[in-house]
Amino acid sequence: MILAWMIIILLLGGVGAWAANRFSALWSRSLSLVALSIDLVLALVVVASPSRESGTGQWLVQLNYNWIPQFGISFHLGLDGLSLLLVFLTLFLGIISVLCSWNEVREHVGFFHFNLLWILSGIIGVFLALDLFLFYFFWELMLVPMYFLIGIWGHENRIYAAIKFFLFTQASGLLMLIAIVGLYFVHGRATGIYTFDYLQLLGTSMSPAVAMWLMLGFFVAFAVKLPAIPFHSWLPDAHTEAPTAGSVILAGLLLKTGAYGLLRFVVPLFPDAARVFAPVAMVIAVIGILYGAMLAFAQTDLKRLVAYTSISHMGFVVLGIFALNGIAMQGAVIQILCHGISTGALFVLVGALDERIHTRNLDQMGGLWSVVPRLGAVTMLFALASLGLPGLGNFVGEFLVLFGSYRVNIPLTVLATVGIVFATVYSLWIIQRAFHGPMREYPKLRDLSPREVGITALLIAAIVWLGFSPQPVFNIARPSVESVIQNVSEQRQDNPWVVGTLGSSGQGGTP
Amino acid sequence: MLHWLWLVPAFPFAGYLVLALAGARLSRTSVASIGVGTVGLATLVACGVGLSFIYSPPVNHTYSQTLWTWISVGNFSPKIAFYLDALSLVMTLVVTFVSFLIHLYSSAFMIDEEGYSRFFAYMNLFVGSMLTLVLADNFLLLYLGWEGVGLCSYLLIGFWYKDPVNGRAACKAFIVTRIGDTAFAIGLFLLFTQLGTLQIQEVMQRAAQQWTAGSSLAVAASALLLGGAVGKSAQLPLQTWLPDAMAGPTPVSALIHAATMVTAGVYLIARAHVLFSLAPSVQLVVAIIGLATLLLAGFSALVQRDIKRVLAYSTISQIGYMFLALGVGAWSAAIFHLMTHAFFKALLFLAAGVVILAMHEEHDMFKMGGLRSRLPLTFWTFLVGAASLSALPLVTAGFYSKDLILWGAWSSPSGSTWLWVGGLVGALLTSLYTFRVVFLTFFGELNHEVSYAPDIRLRLPLIVLAVLSVVGGFVELPRTLGDRPLFSNFMGSVLPALEHVGGDTRTELALQIIAAVVSISGIYLAYLFFLRRRSFATGIAGSTVGTVLRRFWFGGWGFDWLYEHSLVKPFVWLVRANKDDFIDSIYDGIARLNEVFYGLLARTETGKVRWYMTGIAFGAIVAIAIAVFL
Amino acid sequence: MPALPMEHGLLLAALLFALGLLGVLVRRNVIFILMSIEIMLNAAGLAFVVAGSRWSQADGQVMFILILAVAAAEVSVGLALVLQLYRRLQTLDVDVASKMRG
Repeated sequence: MILAWMIIILLLGGVGAWAANRFSALWSRSLSLVALSIDLVLALVVVASPSRESGTGQWLVQLNYNWIPQFGISFHLGLDGLSLLLVFLTLFLGIISVLCSWNEVREHVGFFHFNLLWILSGIIGVFLALDLFLFYFFWELMLVPMYFLIGIWGHENRIYAAIKFFLFTQASGLLMLIAIVGLYFVHGRATGIYTFDYLQLLGTSMSPAVAMWLMLGFFVAFAVKLPAIPFHSWLPDAHTEAPTAGSVILAGLLLKTGAYGLLRFVVPLFPDAARVFAPVAMVIAVIGILYGAMLAFAQTDLKRLVAYTSISHMGFVVLGIFALNGIAMQGAVIQILCHGISTGALFVLVGALDERIHTRNLDQMGGLWSVVPRLGAVTMLFALASLGLPGLGNFVGEFLVLFGSYRVNIPLTVLATVGIVFATVYSLWIIQRAFHGPMREYPKLRDLSPREVGITALLIAAIVWLGFSPQPVFNIARPSVESVIQNVSEQRQDNPWVVGTLGSSGQGGTP
Repeated sequence: MLHWLWLVPAFPFAGYLVLALAGARLSRTSVASIGVGTVGLATLVACGVGLSFIYSPPVNHTYSQTLWTWISVGNFSPKIAFYLDALSLVMTLVVTFVSFLIHLYSSAFMIDEEGYSRFFAYMNLFVGSMLTLVLADNFLLLYLGWEGVGLCSYLLIGFWYKDPVNGRAACKAFIVTRIGDTAFAIGLFLLFTQLGTLQIQEVMQRAAQQWTAGSSLAVAASALLLGGAVGKSAQLPLQTWLPDAMAGPTPVSALIHAATMVTAGVYLIARAHVLFSLAPSVQLVVAIIGLATLLLAGFSALVQRDIKRVLAYSTISQIGYMFLALGVGAWSAAIFHLMTHAFFKALLFLAAGVVILAMHEEHDMFKMGGLRSRLPLTFWTFLVGAASLSALPLVTAGFYSKDLILWGAWSSPSGSTWLWVGGLVGALLTSLYTFRVVFLTFFGELNHEVSYAPDIRLRLPLIVLAVLSVVGGFVELPRTLGDRPLFSNFMGSVLPALEHVGGDTRTELALQIIAAVVSISGIYLAYLFFLRRRSFATGIAGSTVGTVLRRFWFGGWGFDWLYEHSLVKPFVWLVRANKDDFIDSIYDGIARLNEVFYGLLARTETGKVRWYMTGIAFGAIVAIAIAVFL
Repeated sequence: MPALPMEHGLLLAALLFALGLLGVLVRRNVIFILMSIEIMLNAAGLAFVVAGSRWSQADGQVMFILILAVAAAEVSVGLALVLQLYRRLQTLDVDVASKMRG
């Protein structure tokens, strides 16, 4: 029941925050914080009490109610290591985004927080849902409030960006719906049980062609969210135009739902199709890594630049997932977390900068280090994280992915590694253009305020911790990753491709 | 005592943390005492560890200390662990000791700078990372240190960030070394995939067991590691960043771009010597790269005007010697030269720093001159350093280390006369350009009146390093001169001794005499050209061929130009051309198409009732026709 | 009395309907359009009546009465619109009233 409460509290909190705005904006902000904190406590309770009342195997907790039994739809939630990590990330970034919009958002504060919390509850729902219909429901639930968030509180070109975002995700979501319904019927015809339940749909046998089409339906939906080349073009616009909190949630969480979908649905539901498709997905990933990095370097709008880096970094996630071995997949998981934190942080910082100098244009910046040294130092740290400096979380993620994918495909791994050089180029470019160089005339600027120091300190602590001691994350994610890998490599004898993935010299791919 | 090993890198890191978090609020005195003090403590601990390592050697002459498991995924389980053997001990001692002296020097040198605490924070971070690099027990931790020092190099080259030139140099350094690092990283992927571990000793063991000499995997692995080493150590073809890196403060050039970081590549190859021995072809490439670099950089050093750039090219050239040694399998000779080079090159940079300070930020040697009488201590110490760099026979450390390399190049199984001759030409160039600096800077007429009394914190490091530049060589006396190879013996537990096939003691003596003559004649030539008869030098430089060569060498053999036009510009052009992402234009195209259709349909919406009525009637007729006839 | 053949009645109805349609399409005066619509309605009604008499069913007349009622309602609404149109645009030309143009 605790899982349902996590979602319900956020939904109620959203309504409450909207209503509380009648009294004052502070009330809405505080109420949102309180709701998120309660959720965080609940999540901690789940971790702390390994009662496993209803959990089996990889699942720590499950919750299953009938919803529309005629169609085999149930309200089935489940939490395993992977979802747990992502729920933590969601709540963490949720709190960060409430805090970072403390001063930025001044209009319709109540409605803003309503949207924020409803997006978050949708995201948590996505991470918890074990019923495909329910999953689709939450998938769409995230979408509408996000549309409002961009469309109402965004920057100059917000309507265009909001509609573009909506069209891309909605179209791809419908594709996924078709695939879900297709899977429902395929499973129903084969077994006579018509159900949307994830656990029952696992292992549905179907012809390769059908599996491939259904898998593609899912894949495209998730690829749009990720985003993978060539479905990425909504992202720069949406990120650039969204308010800071919106960008944080978009980059930090919404993109992760795509990666989560690949891990939770595409690979386990269609293991054979995924294996056949993997080389293509890896090529897409590597193109994304390189292309995103190159585009990032070309930008002059700082926020847009950071947005393009997301494409590059999420390429590593796709590469890691479709390398289909334990090391790479663990790398992908940690890359998901680290990218959420580091890119979220960069958006917070760009937002803070925009608040001060009222521009995001790199051509109009320069020498900011001497004016706002703390802001500069923190930005530098996260720029370094994004170029994959060892000691910060992203390095662990990227390197594990590359270590894993090297076993599978050497040329692609080499190209992806070259992407790290590109990342160096754009990261240094940010520092060089904004913070170094001759100082421009600025009105009196204030360095990071205590609130901002608090936010960034949290983010820094997280990224450094993940860089030096990521082991707890691996331990939590291990059962989930293991089950995915086992599922994929079951019939490895008849597929030479996977034999390659597991290494010739006896190093098993599973952790 | 050995279990205090972890404190060696921990102290500088702690200093970094304190300075980074609270540096802005501390006074300059406390900043300096934290910055210098933590490195001093690290040096003390390192000395203690070293003593206990020498006097009560651990089993197998190795000691490793695991702090915690960094990552453990399947069989991929690198740890945060330190590994001490003779090689890493020597490196640790050199790094801590030189760092301490340079920190001490910087505390006076940088005293008027705005970012005093920032400077020391970066410097401490550098020392910590360098020690991590040196002490790392696995390649991943080594890579952490490797990238960490690269980062500090970037930060410190761009220390005076307000000038975009410095920023460019810093970015260039970071990006060029990162290109090498990419090769290194791929090498790690290969090693792990093939051998299933990243722990350095295990990698070496398994490589020796599983790979035959010359097997393609061994060749690929060592070539990839070589890529990393070449980038970090500024060897061909990635040497272009180092001369520009002189944009940083002089102590930085001394510490990072002369004594320690740039020699990390040499350390890496020595560390992975088993791998390189398995790949003779790559080892030959190492030797050739070393030789080519030392000659190219030597010629470039000859024509520079900026005193620091001469020293930078000289560093590239000397690391070329180390690569040459590594290439012929004279492992301990390379490390020996690394050590002596750290002493005398740091000394030269620090002395040059005093000169530059005295000349009020003037770098051009042709505007200096006659400083001998004004800066006596600086002059004498610089002279010692220069002598050591030029390998002045018998009395300098540089002689012993360079001689060992040349002897190795001659006598090693993989050596040859050509390598030896090349090294000898390099030696001539070395003494020529070194004493060019000495004569131009300290002799001749006094151009500017200089009155500058260096602080004790500036003088002390100079004196200590000058002493080391002389006595540092006596730890390894060749067979012809006492035969006391203490250093090689000490290294023997890690690095295999070189098997000499090409000559007996008499040949060795003959070669030494030749080398000595070459070195001294280089100094004499410098005296002739740059002090006695300046017209000789200007005459040669002024001739047509001379001018062309001078320009060519001055620009570092056109590598910068080549890279700029073949890589940087096309890349930037490509990227800029695609700024708005052509893929987006596909979606825009779809949107545009929709707009066109919308426009067409909108035109039927005339607002005229009769027009609609016609539509209805026509539609009804068509519908009925379909119903009736089909 | 021999009944008229149904075809004649239907032909007349079709003719009337076509005339009415033509009127709607070619007249610009809204009053004439309304009148033409009346003609079309009546044509349809005539067709019903003819069909009703052919099969001796009362349904035809029933439908005609329904059409009469609808036509009356339609005319009342239509005339109100005509009045509004005239008040706003000072004309009875429907082509002038093209504010809903796309």
